[in-house]
Amino acid sequence: MREVAIIGIGMMKWGELWEKSIRDLCVEAALNCLKDAGTDRVDSITVGTMSSGLFTGQEHLASIVPDYLGTKNAPAMRVESACASGGLAVKSGFMEVASGLSDFVLAVGVEKMTDVSGGEATYALATAADQEWEGFHGVTFPGLYAMMALAHMEKYGTTREQLADVAVKNHFNGSMNSHAQFPMKVTREQVMNSVMVADPIRILDCSPITDGAAAVLLTTVEEAQKITNHPLTVISGIGHATDTIALSQRSDLYSLKAVEIATERALKMAGKTIENIDFAEVHDCFTIAEIMVMEAMGVVKPGQGGPATSDGFSSLEGSFPINPSGGLKSKGHPVGATGVAQIVEAVNQLRGLSENRQIKNAKTALTQNMGGSGGSSVVHILEVK
Amino acid sequence: MQVPRFWREIPKRYRLEAGKCSKCGYIAFPQRLICPECGAKEFDKMNLAGKGKLATYTIIRVAPEGFGDQVPYAVGVIELDEGIRTMAQITDCDPETLKIGDRLVSKFRRINEEGKTGAIMYGYKFVPDVGI
Ligand SMILES: [Zn+2]
Repeated sequence: MREVAIIGIGMMKWGELWEKSIRDLCVEAALNCLKDAGTDRVDSITVGTMSSGLFTGQEHLASIVPDYLGTKNAPAMRVESACASGGLAVKSGFMEVASGLSDFVLAVGVEKMTDVSGGEATYALATAADQEWEGFHGVTFPGLYAMMALAHMEKYGTTREQLADVAVKNHFNGSMNSHAQFPMKVTREQVMNSVMVADPIRILDCSPITDGAAAVLLTTVEEAQKITNHPLTVISGIGHATDTIALSQRSDLYSLKAVEIATERALKMAGKTIENIDFAEVHDCFTIAEIMVMEAMGVVKPGQGGPATSDGFSSLEGSFPINPSGGLKSKGHPVGATGVAQIVEAVNQLRGLSENRQIKNAKTALTQNMGGSGGSSVVHILEVK
Repeated sequence: MQVPRFWREIPKRYRLEAGKCSKCGYIAFPQRLICPECGAKEFDKMNLAGKGKLATYTIIRVAPEGFGDQVPYAVGVIELDEGIRTMAQITDCDPETLKIGDRLVSKFRRINEEGKTGAIMYGYKFVPDVGI
């Protein structure tokens, strides 16, 4: 396998971008990425989107992206693993470069979520759950995580305050991110008094509905050294795992097995342990998710995610900073774009260009992207070479 | 949704029909073609008794399309007495009074209607088991 470097990163300010279509979002992120890379060479493209069909009526993005990017006739493929589609697009690009099939691969993640009503968006998101045996009964995505939250509280004594503290931390970080959809700080009281969506999950426990895209350009270390002026960032580990699609079929309701296995695989490939990681961007689609991900990755012991969050363990200045970007909570969660944007933040941090939210001496990063209620997860480990 | 998609699941939705692995005894609900525990492909049909206890739940206050008229409603994971779990709505009670561990029993109910002209879908919901 050839070693793979990330030489370009690009996104835009995320939000309700009514003036931009799904193709505009893809092209804008791609152009920002190529500008950052200092080359416009694209041999092949991977596109991650959860459901461009349900959200915009448009499938076949594998043709639209090269068409509108002007990379005529370039091969492109779309990959899908619900909210982990972006991470999967990066993994797919990695495989193409590592295998020698292509030298420059652009990985794009996108979701355009505001072309449909709130009810239609809720439905589209719920298709990442088991449609026949969960969706049929009227469960929503916040509902699935709410059930995990209650099980976690029952098992470990996790508190409502600890859930809120995840949102407080991530919005604080996001307040320093010019790309964030909701860059406002929130207090514990605001989170705990916000509108109930699915008990005990409130609206400020949820990541928002977002339009956005992100892109990264992957190439070999050899090619990267010829082009880039930035510190060279490589992907040293990838882990990917799945779990049952239905929450009820898992061995327990308070842990995320796919995240645990994906993290183990990524660390093994990189020849590292979790103690060697300086910070992580993780999939905080709901506040409880970040707590459960911390435990699944082995950052803390099972049951310690909540107390550790409230103690500042995962803050920018803490022993293991999590979601310096603001996470899905504050930055926004255009589902297919999220996994790529996690890589964008990690690379920016490793380059030392994250200004007020820069983590000191960051050399090794982990990104964790998750599909559905934990039915899939993709983990990347990035290092400054 | 076309009718066959609903119709083919009727044995499970109306009668809680499950499959018991003839080799290791694993109970598959919904039924599967391959046992996830031992890989065997032979299953014996069985009907679940529809009794169990609440393992976790939530109260849905923002519903997906088609369920808006039912909010607030409880959805939970039920640990059945046969040792497996399933998900369903919990009804015929004040959802605010539910607790993990509550004994529940399944009932045949209307689940959802697909608009004015679509199919009316029936299936199981669970209600508090008052021992009648
Ligand atoms: Zn078996």
